[in-house]
Amino acid sequence: MQAGVNTIAVQGIDLQVVRQGTGRPLLVLHGGDSPQGLASFLTRLAERFEVIAPTHPGFAGTAIPEHFDTLADLVYLYLDLLDVLDLHDVILMGMSMGGWVAVEVAVRNTSRLSQIILVDAVGIKPGDRDTRDIADIFGLPAPEVAKLLFHDPAQAPSPATMTDEQVTRLAGDRIAHAMYTWEPYMHNPKLRYRLHRINVPTLLLWGASDGMVPVAYAEAYRQMIPGARLVVIPEAGHLPHIEQPDVVLQHVLAFVAR
Amino acid sequence: MQSWFFTEDAYPYLPEASTYESIRVNLPNKYYDPDKGADLYHMYLDLWCAADELGLEVMVNEHHQTATCVVPAAPIILGILARQTKRARLLILGNPIANRSQPLRVAEEMAMIDVISRGRLECGFVRSVPYEAAPANVLPFRGMQRLWEAHDMIVKAWTTHDGPFNFEGRWFQARQINIWPRPYQQPHPPIWITVGSGRSTIPVAQHKYTGAVFLAGYPRIREIYDGYRTAYRTAHGQEAPLDRLAYAALVYVGENAQQARAGAEKVLWYMTSNKVPQHWSNPPGYHPPAIAAQIMRGTRGGAGLPLAPRLDEQMARGNVFAGTPDQVFAQIKNFWEYAGGFGHLLMMGQAGFLTYAETLTSMRLFTQEVYPRLQELTASCDSERLQALRAGQPDKEFADLGAFGVEFVR
Repeated sequence: MQAGVNTIAVQGIDLQVVRQGTGRPLLVLHGGDSPQGLASFLTRLAERFEVIAPTHPGFAGTAIPEHFDTLADLVYLYLDLLDVLDLHDVILMGMSMGGWVAVEVAVRNTSRLSQIILVDAVGIKPGDRDTRDIADIFGLPAPEVAKLLFHDPAQAPSPATMTDEQVTRLAGDRIAHAMYTWEPYMHNPKLRYRLHRINVPTLLLWGASDGMVPVAYAEAYRQMIPGARLVVIPEAGHLPHIEQPDVVLQHVLAFVAR
Repeated sequence: MQSWFFTEDAYPYLPEASTYESIRVNLPNKYYDPDKGADLYHMYLDLWCAADELGLEVMVNEHHQTATCVVPAAPIILGILARQTKRARLLILGNPIANRSQPLRVAEEMAMIDVISRGRLECGFVRSVPYEAAPANVLPFRGMQRLWEAHDMIVKAWTTHDGPFNFEGRWFQARQINIWPRPYQQPHPPIWITVGSGRSTIPVAQHKYTGAVFLAGYPRIREIYDGYRTAYRTAHGQEAPLDRLAYAALVYVGENAQQARAGAEKVLWYMTSNKVPQHWSNPPGYHPPAIAAQIMRGTRGGAGLPLAPRLDEQMARGNVFAGTPDQVFAQIKNFWEYAGGFGHLLMMGQAGFLTYAETLTSMRLFTQEVYPRLQELTASCDSERLQALRAGQPDKEFADLGAFGVEFVR
């Protein structure tokens, strides 16, 4: 497979997809952060897998299709992508919001999937209505958000050191992220009643220092997905694949080899 | 020119600004004393009634979760004024229909006010300022789409009189729409919409609605008004009447320069108090990415630093008209000519700690000594002469918006 960014037409949308490496197909769904931030991690994965990593429409300067306004739009986009590429035996991996998309794909149809890996995924609401299960990252100062997302907040991207183009992309990413997750915030109230449909092995990887969706949230998720395993990664926040890429990679390889 | 008296109904009795993060959204309401609040409501209602008696028109607005404007439900204030005032036109600017879950409620409230006031309602619709996103829990992305769809539903509800109709839009749905009462004015009350750029004026001009501009000042007014006038000409093949354009500014008129300056400094509280951090002033989807990025980098206003707008600077920008009656007339006349004319002056005549008596002094002086001259000015001016007057004034150059947040120039 030729490494690089491909454009794949799905639902009439020109979807940007990184395709890199050979091996079992691994579909990677990024979170609310910049998909470019995943590049080095994808390269590592591509040493072992055929990586397929789409950019959610609206991220990285891509257009938001006029009819898109909810996470379900991404879910059906990727169900269709699996069909368009006629993929089988797919490892489906999703980070944060991408993890939520992965779960929503899986509760609809696992026939093309063999395993699921969720990295600090959102999507459920385990607590009651008065509990803020997921930090409101759109209602906090940027330094506070950095502390929630990173074990080492110095790792957080800072607009002050970016080019105008990079900050504009970041601002665009933020719009798309909010559009997919705004209300109900970062979750689907119905999802917990559908998780029983997941009939492929599922691994939850979680940063021990995640302040946006803490480990207790991961534990609730684990209990709701049949047979799911949870591995907590030390010295990592909401993005362990950024802060501890080697450790994440080890767990991915061990899991898919099972 | 019609002149409208307006106050945001602030609650100014706050602790030192350094002790709180934001005056909007998350300032705890333990700082709100309901006794003082009751006095304030009555003072503001008295001021609006005084405006009615003096011959000014009345304008109200609403914001949420903020000490800058303790009217989270403008229709309630307007409902009181519909009964208590006698002659004034009643402008609500406006209903934040992009943030409302059910526009029909707005259609019903406005129809009630129109009937109670026997047809004195002027109904404004607004997209809202960015800090309304969190209180409303509504994503500001595509807010203008939501506004126009809600508008379509409301106007159809006002103008359909033969029983229920169906409306299933992208954002708002109802299947049995048949409001009681229907509006007093036929086919419906005049509609106003706030505009903040040349582009945003296009649908407003196409509908022949009044476009209202807040505090754009000399730096932006020509772009916005020209956008409206061009769109109006394109859509209707004739010049936009003067009364299709409105301008909102802070106004204080004093007996002498010293009194005027003291009063204007107090009204400036509206700007100086607006301490708002970036996560409230720059919610995702309110600004296009390029503007949002500038706010994120801190190279554009809206960063929520304690703003320090100076009176002289704001007067030079055309955001504040203040002085003796002669001075205020000259300031407004100059801005009006520069702008190419407008038919409505929306005067924030009270803010912060400005007292009832101080406010009334300014309102009286305005009504007696400035207003007649403004009416004469607009009555004697046709479109050709206006364009000639305007051509006599070259574009003013302003370096940048300074610390003045983009949210004000919307």
